[in-house]
Amino acid sequence: MWILLLLPFIGLLWVPFYNFLEPALFGFPFFYWYQLAWVPISSLLIWLVYRRLPPDEAA
Amino acid sequence: MADHIDWVPLAIFIFFFILVSVMGFFAARWKSGPVSASAHLDEWGLGGRRFGTWITWFLVGGDFYTAYTVIAVPALVYAVGAFGFFALPYTIIVYPFVFAVMPVLWKVAHANGYVTAADVVHGTYNSRGLELAVAITGMVATMPYIALQLIGMGVVIKAMGLTGELPIVAAFIILALYTYSSGLRAPALIAFVKDIMIYIVVLVAVVVVPAKLGGYGAVFAAANDAFTEKGGATGLILQPSQMLGYATLALGSALAAFMYPHTLTGIFASKSADTIRKNAILLPAYTLLLGLIALLGYMAHAANITVSSPNDVVPLLFKALFPPWFAGFAFSAIAIGALVPAAVMSIGAANLFTRNVWKSYLDPGISHAGEASVAKIASLVVKLGALAFTLFLPTQYAIDLQLLGGLWILQTFPALVFGLFTRWFRAEGLLLGWAVGIIWGSWTAWSNALKPLATIELGGASHSFYVGLGALILNVVVAAIATIVAARIAPDRCSVVEPL
Repeated sequence: MWILLLLPFIGLLWVPFYNFLEPALFGFPFFYWYQLAWVPISSLLIWLVYRRLPPDEAA
Repeated sequence: MADHIDWVPLAIFIFFFILVSVMGFFAARWKSGPVSASAHLDEWGLGGRRFGTWITWFLVGGDFYTAYTVIAVPALVYAVGAFGFFALPYTIIVYPFVFAVMPVLWKVAHANGYVTAADVVHGTYNSRGLELAVAITGMVATMPYIALQLIGMGVVIKAMGLTGELPIVAAFIILALYTYSSGLRAPALIAFVKDIMIYIVVLVAVVVVPAKLGGYGAVFAAANDAFTEKGGATGLILQPSQMLGYATLALGSALAAFMYPHTLTGIFASKSADTIRKNAILLPAYTLLLGLIALLGYMAHAANITVSSPNDVVPLLFKALFPPWFAGFAFSAIAIGALVPAAVMSIGAANLFTRNVWKSYLDPGISHAGEASVAKIASLVVKLGALAFTLFLPTQYAIDLQLLGGLWILQTFPALVFGLFTRWFRAEGLLLGWAVGIIWGSWTAWSNALKPLATIELGGASHSFYVGLGALILNVVVAAIATIVAARIAPDRCSVVEPL
């Protein structure tokens, strides 16, 4: 499951994936809405990993 | 800028400033246990280590996304376009990192009563040299960061027509006094007000401003026209030569972000490791906000705002498009936004001074109450230093030094983080790596006129990358080689404390 945490790094640090104007969404060029979309996606991925964690006795 | 005083926004600003100042002084009693703030550094410097998920969310959000960010990110986006957006990937990828690493760090700190990063490093490696390196780096990197908060505050105060240094000095003295008496509880409580205000301002701005300017399509088109006219390394998307710089700045900044004393103070003050994990899921809400704030830079193009200094983009945009009362509310949000990080930064630096300089070198037998009183005085000194910095040195020095500060603080990453997962590295190696990273990074940045990017030639093509990340790689390589050499010379580690 921890591998999910690497996805935001891949999706955002490999800039040639998303350095485009088209397709635009609600007036936002791709470069912008793609990166903004990674905000909720990253939260979701972290939550998925969190859900699978064993109960933490130190918590 | 206007040289007359705008009374409506000013009155609103003064109202909110008085409100948060009263809260700051009363915060001493908020969520306090049987121990008073002046009796133990855990109380003054970490709010009693009792902050749950929501308090931590507001505190870290208020402290990591600073007032200067609200001014400087749109200013950069206004000036150069897409490249200024590196703050967005940076503040996304930081959270998987926080989720994986910071709960481990919290457990070590909690089990041993550590207050600072340098405490953790000393506990792991039993090396006074490495402890001092981490402590000094933290203190030095924090000072210009506090100065930048003052500069952010000065920009909005100036936008309300107040000139001169007196308003800033007065605001800062009040901040220093309630931080002195209430410690970390003051910014934690004020962060609620600050963050809610900033959320309101940004959500209103991202709906109302494009509506007035003809929608987001028109905003981006106007920005595109401005960049076409301006030329150079600007535009709505990155030029191929900018891509590596963009990615390395995002990664380097993300790795550095939670090495700073102010962000780590938020971590150490949390109630549990689980509090931090939940925050790694919830804090990206602020990143969404930051992405929208960055777009204010493009909205300024659409509104035909022209500025002499890019930092005036946001204040001028709000003055041009909003009624005075809402502009006043927005300026208050930004100015209060400066108070929270400035307070936490001075507390973080004061904790470092108290624990890793005063206690380690001057008074090892100091009591808990003694630690708290040293830290309280140190926080005053740190803030006065930052104030003097802003008053007597050119603004550009603070910006340059903050940039170097990011590079320096990143060099403490191996010493602080590696030890949480492996005991392979040796203190001597980490110290040497730290020194090489700092010296090479500073020298490279200096010789590039203090630009964050350096260029290397590889295979006939030149690549621009973030100097801080380059220095970190060098740092790790040197630390690894020195560890191998040290292990050959002296196979027995002397006086090593077992990790948890």
